Amino acid sequence: MRVTRTVATGRTVHAAEAPSYLDVSGSEIVFILIGVITLGAALLCVTSRNVVRAALWLVVALGGLAGLYLVLTAELVAIVQVLIYVGAVVVLLLFGLMVTKAPIGPQPDLNTANRPVALVVAVAAFGLLVAVLIDAFRFAYLDLTVEGQGGAEAIGAAVFGSWVLSFEVLSVLLLAAVIGAIAITRRDVGSKGRR
Amino acid sequence: MHLLYPLIVSAGLFAIGLYGLLARRNLVLVLMSVELLLAAVSLNLVAFDVWLTDVLRSGQVLTLMVIAIAAAEVGLGLAIVLQLFRQRATSSIDDLDTFTEPR
Repeated sequence: MRVTRTVATGRTVHAAEAPSYLDVSGSEIVFILIGVITLGAALLCVTSRNVVRAALWLVVALGGLAGLYLVLTAELVAIVQVLIYVGAVVVLLLFGLMVTKAPIGPQPDLNTANRPVALVVAVAAFGLLVAVLIDAFRFAYLDLTVEGQGGAEAIGAAVFGSWVLSFEVLSVLLLAAVIGAIAITRRDVGSKGRR
Repeated sequence: MHLLYPLIVSAGLFAIGLYGLLARRNLVLVLMSVELLLAAVSLNLVAFDVWLTDVLRSGQVLTLMVIAIAAAEVGLGLAIVLQLFRQRATSSIDDLDTFTEPR
């Protein structure tokens, strides 16, 4: 079918003719493979009985997500994802496990008694989301051949052009978060009396 | 590529994160599940940005901002977890059921 849609500029484009789902392209195969790895690693992350292994499975899941961004031609986002998530956030989480003296080795009591309820909620959310998404976006087709959409030049121009105000606000937020984290963890702030 | 592939992977990540958020007992593991939820949202943003070929690149720029906010959130969250652990010697959610200071 022929899909006509209007982009943010008001310019009307004719999307590429959407092929059938049985006609799987190469990028779709790569996406499905990396997607399966990502979902499997995420599943192992939330079900692992070993806290350190859970953190390492999170590395695999977030790295796989960077691969998915690459397939979707969002190169800069993929690089930032690897730098910040895999490089900084997971290291921070591992430090968090260290300072809370999380035991190494499998633990039997890592899940609360809510586990069956959580399973029901998650499965219901997944089913509902997938049903709605299939109903709404069956015929939507991504054109991955447009060049320069996710490169550093385009994204940099957007961040420092249209989005510069939110960029500045974000830097203030990061400063506030850093100061807040220091204020929370320091022992000698606001504890003049008996602790 | 059909838009449904990224959307369904994203829905799966979201459901897995939701499960971890509700089922895990350790506070740091709950924070990891929150990261998975944010990752699902980011994948949606990038997929819709590429679909719409937005000239402002709003989806990808917002994804960068979500990543930065997630870093700030993990930093603050771990500071709170660390302080709770110092005061109560536990990071288990089941034991953190009171607002009063420990005696």
